[in-house]
Amino acid sequence: MPLPIGPVLGILADNLTQLGSVIPLSKKSISGWSKGLNIPRGGETILYTGLMYQLIPFIDTMSAQMALLENSFITNFFGLGRVVNKFINLSFFMSLLASKEMKQDNAQVLRNIAKLLQNAGVEFGYLYTQELYSGALVYDEGLDESFAAHAQRVFEVFRKNGVRRVITVDPHTTNILRDVYPKFIADFDIEVQSYLEVLAEKDLPLMREQNKELVIHDSCVYARYEGLIDQPRSLLANAGVTVQEPELHGKATHCCGGPIESLFPSKSHEIAHKRLNQLKAAGSHIVTMCPICQVSLSKVAGEGCQVEDISRTLTNAYLPPTSSADSRIALRYYLLALWQLTGEFIARKTAVKS
Amino acid sequence: MVKVSAVLAAKLKESEEFNAEACYHCGTCTALCPLDYEIVPRKLFREVMLGLEEKVKASVPAIYACLLCRMCEEYCPAEVHIAENIRYLRKLINQEEFNLL
Repeated sequence: MPLPIGPVLGILADNLTQLGSVIPLSKKSISGWSKGLNIPRGGETILYTGLMYQLIPFIDTMSAQMALLENSFITNFFGLGRVVNKFINLSFFMSLLASKEMKQDNAQVLRNIAKLLQNAGVEFGYLYTQELYSGALVYDEGLDESFAAHAQRVFEVFRKNGVRRVITVDPHTTNILRDVYPKFIADFDIEVQSYLEVLAEKDLPLMREQNKELVIHDSCVYARYEGLIDQPRSLLANAGVTVQEPELHGKATHCCGGPIESLFPSKSHEIAHKRLNQLKAAGSHIVTMCPICQVSLSKVAGEGCQVEDISRTLTNAYLPPTSSADSRIALRYYLLALWQLTGEFIARKTAVKS
Repeated sequence: MVKVSAVLAAKLKESEEFNAEACYHCGTCTALCPLDYEIVPRKLFREVMLGLEEKVKASVPAIYACLLCRMCEEYCPAEVHIAENIRYLRKLINQEEFNLL
């Protein structure tokens, strides 16, 4: 049995209408990832995250809590929950338990993408806390009126900032902006490109050759909706990676199960397991290019199997070994190691004397 | 005895988004669907087009379980845009059943 569909969708629509996001996010959660990157504010070309990487840790926590209620009598009270949510945002409290590690990992993905673009000589700005969620989930659920009003708000923010071109970081935002917004907004004239398309057009010099085998998991939306199949492969191959193809790949890729996790957690996990087994038959180191695929597959991966965002390998390959932020982190680790070694040395000396 | 809803059938006729009439029930979609639900999408579309409202209501969970992954659509020999049809049904149910817009 799924979770009660009407009330759950109602909460999503209410949050989008009242708060501009499916789950309320703090300013730090929205744009904290960009600290120290010196990305200009606004501009004709912007990096638009669509808040997907930022939202996923919160959505994942909420889904995990709601999954505990699947088949429980508490689901009868979801209708009441929707009423309460309008006044006291319950989804905010549910999201407080979001995994810090996942938040940091996803922030790192965004940092990696921005640095890759900067390094490739792409000039772009960012809207920081003015950035709004694209509304993709609400559109998928058929809540067209809520979506249409929200899309108009997003377009107004772009227009106000003089945006002419948008670089996206995930498949869902790419598709919704490129193919769906023009159907709802007659004068939507903004060019939309995924960062993978932007980077693949550049002749990126290789900094560090990646001698490894990676299994590629195509996102359904990139592959079948957007026909974006070759770009990640060429970026990985140029980096020296041997790309392993699972039996179902490219236009025949198999879903990760993620899109239905909020309403059908058990079924979603069943599909994730099925996909992971298909990928594991081709190798144990898997790359994804969508935050939903990343969280769905890594949750079922288990020991001996690694699932990571493609931006990590691209960063290792195409960025110079250290940037200032990286060297600060390296120095911190070095000092910590030195401190531990000194401690061990003193302890040993004391033990020998006694 | 099944009850047929003329209203549902009329709504689908008016819609430019719903094009399942091209389906000739080969079953490729259902065989490929990652969900492994017998009902989606072939049988569901038949029930919808016949206006079998009660049966469609019983299939509401399957309609919202669709991943919109377009695996079925990629191989549909009749070129039915299945995912968009499912989304259209969600829109109708949201309005008629859940009072959501």
